Amino acid sequence: MQNILIIGATSTIAEATARLYAKQGAKLHLLARNLSKLERIAADLKIRGASSVTFSGFEGNKIEKHREVIENAINILGTMDIVLIAYGTLGNQKASEASAEIAIQEFQTNALSIISVLTILANVMEKQKKGILAVISSVAGDRGRPSNYVYGTAKAAVTAFCQGLSARLYKSGVHVLIIKPGMVDTPMTTEMAMPAILVAKPEQVAIDIIKAIEKRNDVLYTPWFWKYVMIGIIHLPNSFFNKTNL
Amino acid sequence: MKMHGWGRYPIVDAEVFTPTSSTDLQRRLSLHSGSITPRGLGRSYGDSSLGDKMLSTRWLNHMLTFDQSTGILHCESGVSLSEILEVFVPKGWFLPVTPGTQFVTVGGAIASDVHGKNHHVAGCFCDHVKYIDMILDGERMIRCSQKENSDLFHATCGGMGLTGIIYSAAICLKPIKSAFIDQTTFKASNLKESLDLFAIHEDHPYSVAWIDCITGGNSLGRSLLMTGDHAENGELTLNRKRRVGLPVDIPSALLNRYSITAFNTLYYHRIRGQVVNHHIHYEPFFYPLDSIGDWNRMYGKNGFTQYQFVVPKEAGYQAMSTILKTIVDSGKGSFLAVLKVFGKRNQNLLSFPMDGYTLALDFKIEQDLFPLLDKLDTMVLHYGGKIYLTKDARVSEDTFKQSYPNWEQFQSVRDYYEVKDRFTSLQSKRLGLN
Repeated sequence: MQNILIIGATSTIAEATARLYAKQGAKLHLLARNLSKLERIAADLKIRGASSVTFSGFEGNKIEKHREVIENAINILGTMDIVLIAYGTLGNQKASEASAEIAIQEFQTNALSIISVLTILANVMEKQKKGILAVISSVAGDRGRPSNYVYGTAKAAVTAFCQGLSARLYKSGVHVLIIKPGMVDTPMTTEMAMPAILVAKPEQVAIDIIKAIEKRNDVLYTPWFWKYVMIGIIHLPNSFFNKTNL
Repeated sequence: MKMHGWGRYPIVDAEVFTPTSSTDLQRRLSLHSGSITPRGLGRSYGDSSLGDKMLSTRWLNHMLTFDQSTGILHCESGVSLSEILEVFVPKGWFLPVTPGTQFVTVGGAIASDVHGKNHHVAGCFCDHVKYIDMILDGERMIRCSQKENSDLFHATCGGMGLTGIIYSAAICLKPIKSAFIDQTTFKASNLKESLDLFAIHEDHPYSVAWIDCITGGNSLGRSLLMTGDHAENGELTLNRKRRVGLPVDIPSALLNRYSITAFNTLYYHRIRGQVVNHHIHYEPFFYPLDSIGDWNRMYGKNGFTQYQFVVPKEAGYQAMSTILKTIVDSGKGSFLAVLKVFGKRNQNLLSFPMDGYTLALDFKIEQDLFPLLDKLDTMVLHYGGKIYLTKDARVSEDTFKQSYPNWEQFQSVRDYYEVKDRFTSLQSKRLGLN
């Protein structure tokens, strides 16, 4: 039985992943902002087989509260075998272009608050000398693109932070997994018309995540083909890239 | 975005809402003034779940409570039957009634009041529903059951989603000792033998026949009848076989009289003896087609429709053989058709099953198909039968109203709860329910 902490547990990918762990009988502690959603998710995971499910409120942007919430989670779970960090916003690129405040707010939520959480968790896990930190970053962080570079900037920061953290924690037996999903079918995206072939089901992404955790992979592109899509995008020459609206 | 049912006919352009909670759902209903079509996994074949504005229960997929002592599961309507099986079979519980696919939602199973191979002993899905929580608009969430708001309950069960959004429901699971089924296959060389076999084996909880719709003459209605009982031995395990997909549309020309005849003959002769016993997992027993993902692409890019009718027992052999002969003569029959004997009908206003014989078969969509189906409608009506709305994409208003005499009562319940203009579908408009 594994002890699992999920931060941002109401996100679609996190919930799909939690269901797979529930089926294995895991002990879960869930954190997210919306308590009524958490309550419903917790009841569901319990029925699906989790040996215990607890939850409490968490706000990414209330950085001063992070330590307290995480210490509470440790009290409940004891050792943490897996921590999944899955919260964030999709961001509004147009609004971020028009307003520096909004752009900085996006960065605050998607990068700075994650760095805060990771710093606290890293120190705990380093002492614990085991465990896996799985962090949802994004393919958007691989190259700043005109359609979502504010979001991409934050994700690039998270990716770089995790790369360094991974090497630091390696020495104490703690593993870091950077997860880079492509387009995923979520309540935010099902109402947008997107090419169906490119949009992954969260249930499939969740399977990829738990497999990557089991195999202790360093980086996961999910679905797999995004790895090659991103290699292509990274290598587009600027003379061409600048003319696109990717 | 482009949307269609399982038959991939018709295809419409629609806006799709995907609420994530009851609060979110109610907020959207109050923001949106026009009419809405509810949709689950889109497994109804025709246009029952289609409209300009559709509301998908995709994200309303949480299990809310489960009572270990009674087996009552209360869950949101977007939970699928396959998820229920995955969670509960290992714990020794099974669905009280299941249709031929597990990829339907609880909401869809209620809206279609689906039946299964055990209809003759267990009735329809809704006969095992304790209560339903309905969302009627931005303010009203109403619980209905056999006792409470029973008019709304009997209209909603089998009501094709036209009485409001089914938010959640409590269903009674049944205990099992094994995930396996003791199956017996009997060979019947014509229709008379097929119907007799059903009568002889009516004590088995599950029975269904795969019937040949191509071969006529003395072999008209030859079939393989399968009966099943939940096994007493075997583990409570899930099926580990991987599903294969059908990634492309099969050119519809490949499905012709010759290929189908060959298939039917092979299928019939697959069973050599007159009686064969098997101990098989519930998945291949209940859901043989679920192992092929997207099998609906088999009928080509124009799509297909499934024609399922029921005729009363009194009309019996006479009706079945006349209709079957018309299908065989047309040469348009599909791979396999399913024949089943129903038990008694229930109180739900638009539920399909009634004491009698039902036959279901697929037809690929082609120009000269519709006149044939109209002809079959006339025959079904003549014998006092009806067509299953969940499979339908083309029945006329007249045919519907003659064969579903409770339609007026259904409308008055919709009027009473003020939902008639709120919840519609392409089908409801075609059938004159709006």
